[in-house]
Amino acid sequence: MQVSRFLRNTILVELFVPILLLTVGIYHGLMQVIYRAGVIHQASVAKLDYYQGLTLHGVINAVVLTTFFAVAFGHATIAFYLKREPNKKATALSMWLMVIGTLLAAAAMLAGKASVLYTFYPPLKAHPAFYIGTAMLIIGSWVAFFDWVTIYLEWKKENRETNTPLAVIGTLVNFTIWFVCTTAVAYEVLVLLVPWSLGLTPTVNVPLARTLFWFFGHALVYFWLLPSYIMFYTMLPKLAGGKLYSATAGRIAFFLFLLLSIPIGVHHQFGDPSIGRGVKLSQSLLTFGVALPSFITAFTLAASLEYAARKRGAKGLYSWIWKLPFFRRDVFLFGYLINGLILFIFGGLTGLVLASYSLNNVVHNTAFIPGHFHMTVAGPVFLAILGMSIFLLQQLSGKKIYLPTLNAIVPYLWTVGVIIFSGGLMWGGLMGEPRRTNMGLTYLNPASEQYHPYWVISSMLGLAGGGIMFVAGFLYFISFFGTLFSKRTMEPVIDLPVSDTLHEEKRIPIFDTFKPWLAVMALIIFLSYLPAISDALNNTGKKAPPYLPADPTPVVQKK
Amino acid sequence: MIDVFEKRVIVTAILVMGLFILAIFYAMGARKADVTECLPYDKTYETARVEQLDKSTYQIFYVARMWNFEPSVAYIPVGSEVDLFVTSNDVVHGFNIYNKNVNLMAVPGGVTKTTVKFDEPGVYKVVCHEYCGAGHQNMQAEIIVNYPKK
Repeated sequence: MQVSRFLRNTILVELFVPILLLTVGIYHGLMQVIYRAGVIHQASVAKLDYYQGLTLHGVINAVVLTTFFAVAFGHATIAFYLKREPNKKATALSMWLMVIGTLLAAAAMLAGKASVLYTFYPPLKAHPAFYIGTAMLIIGSWVAFFDWVTIYLEWKKENRETNTPLAVIGTLVNFTIWFVCTTAVAYEVLVLLVPWSLGLTPTVNVPLARTLFWFFGHALVYFWLLPSYIMFYTMLPKLAGGKLYSATAGRIAFFLFLLLSIPIGVHHQFGDPSIGRGVKLSQSLLTFGVALPSFITAFTLAASLEYAARKRGAKGLYSWIWKLPFFRRDVFLFGYLINGLILFIFGGLTGLVLASYSLNNVVHNTAFIPGHFHMTVAGPVFLAILGMSIFLLQQLSGKKIYLPTLNAIVPYLWTVGVIIFSGGLMWGGLMGEPRRTNMGLTYLNPASEQYHPYWVISSMLGLAGGGIMFVAGFLYFISFFGTLFSKRTMEPVIDLPVSDTLHEEKRIPIFDTFKPWLAVMALIIFLSYLPAISDALNNTGKKAPPYLPADPTPVVQKK
Repeated sequence: MIDVFEKRVIVTAILVMGLFILAIFYAMGARKADVTECLPYDKTYETARVEQLDKSTYQIFYVARMWNFEPSVAYIPVGSEVDLFVTSNDVVHGFNIYNKNVNLMAVPGGVTKTTVKFDEPGVYKVVCHEYCGAGHQNMQAEIIVNYPKK
């Protein structure tokens, strides 16, 4: 479909800004593995400190890129499926809030005033601009969402008996989760941390801040993931040359995510004080519930892919896999999505390990954690974002992809890198290798008395995998920016691949409405988080004053 | 509606989840594998010390601060059962004993507790695994098991 110049440019800006910043994020990804493997024994390179770089890596790759992309992709999906363009004012406001917020946070991080990592656990204190910038980015994404809700309601009024397109259900579910979970982190940031970082309040309740962060923090990963799920359900079968096995399964999966994405955040806090065992155990069990939609998705997609391969003439119980359109320049998006899915098998299973209550003790906060989440956020999430970004760029700017062969091999190269990288990190994690640590200075420095030779091979694997990932990222940038700066040859359009369904899909009213689901969602969150918050408030003995990362004495208040 | 294969898959997935959940309860019950105990906080946890309760039962009260643990070295005889209490004096730290499934957070205003048995002699390294500022990578301690005489 044709889109207005305004919407086109907005989406292009929302794709361009994060991909440009991603060059910084990926550079720091490479630097992490170099420091960690003990190749260099330094605190900083090019005046950028290890932990400053780690903060940039986390915030840019996991928050800025994903949020910008979700909004850009949401605009494209809503406009394409509901044939209505978003409100100009709301869309422009949303974009500017996100861009200015990102610039504020980036300035604080680059100035070295916010080396607190992307989890920004207090009582480590960052510059207020870091907190305010991140909050603006989040609020900007809300503005876009509110506008889509009005578009959806208008559309629904005119199309009461029409099944809402699956991609629209997915987008609205995703941003509902996002809106609810970010209210907690907005409270943490705006009410607890900003006044505290400005010196207006002396202390902060650390367990409460951590609990509010993880109320947001785990739902965040579903916010990253659901745009990929939308692509898996609505595009992947079409790209493979087949049909979607069941769209109802997709609806069930999305609504299960709506119910269970948030009330499980305490599974990141199994090692925390103040929160009772009962809360931890119940949220661990709920986490198994949220694995259910992913199991459903795995089956539905495998069935859809098998159908596609058999339509292409494949035979055999498993050998049909090789009939799928791998390594094809014309359906490069298939390569991005299928590689993401392959990584997600391992990412999902290791996630279940981590969610398993006391089993988490074996690897909690070790290198196993980044090993796991690079197979999720740097797997299906990141690859879908890269693939869809260049796909939309090419359509919206009416340009041909620069060096299409390069673009087609990026996801495969990336996947090989991630497997080696994550393998090394998880192995190291099982041997107690800590995450988020400049190991080159001590544990992997033969000159240090803390030298730990067991972690040499595992961190070298991390380096090898990370190096391959960096090369893949670099090739992608050549293709992306090459496309951006080439000449227009076609009419700009949005033309997303749309999968037909294998069975006839009847409209089931309960899977085409939000109200009852929202009510159940609210109830589950209330029941699971009320005791967690009350524990954090009641069992905490004292509050903490702010500390700067380089100084073991608290920041003295000016008054 | 949902076809028969899809239904079977959903049921299978639920059963698999059930199996995992049973495994968690088995580990809790038969293997006594649990997460940290939730204790009310008081000031006494801010004093680092090793206490011997009886011949083979010890308590170690760890205080984490930027960028060390106290006690930085603890001596324990082989076969001791040790209660570990961990808190922090400043920012959030981590507490992970190499080769033991001890994995706690040190959080200001809270105390984490677990019990661990040291059956094998050796030097057990304790590593801080939560980012706690510029000196994070230096932060470790040791538990020395089977030190002949203090």
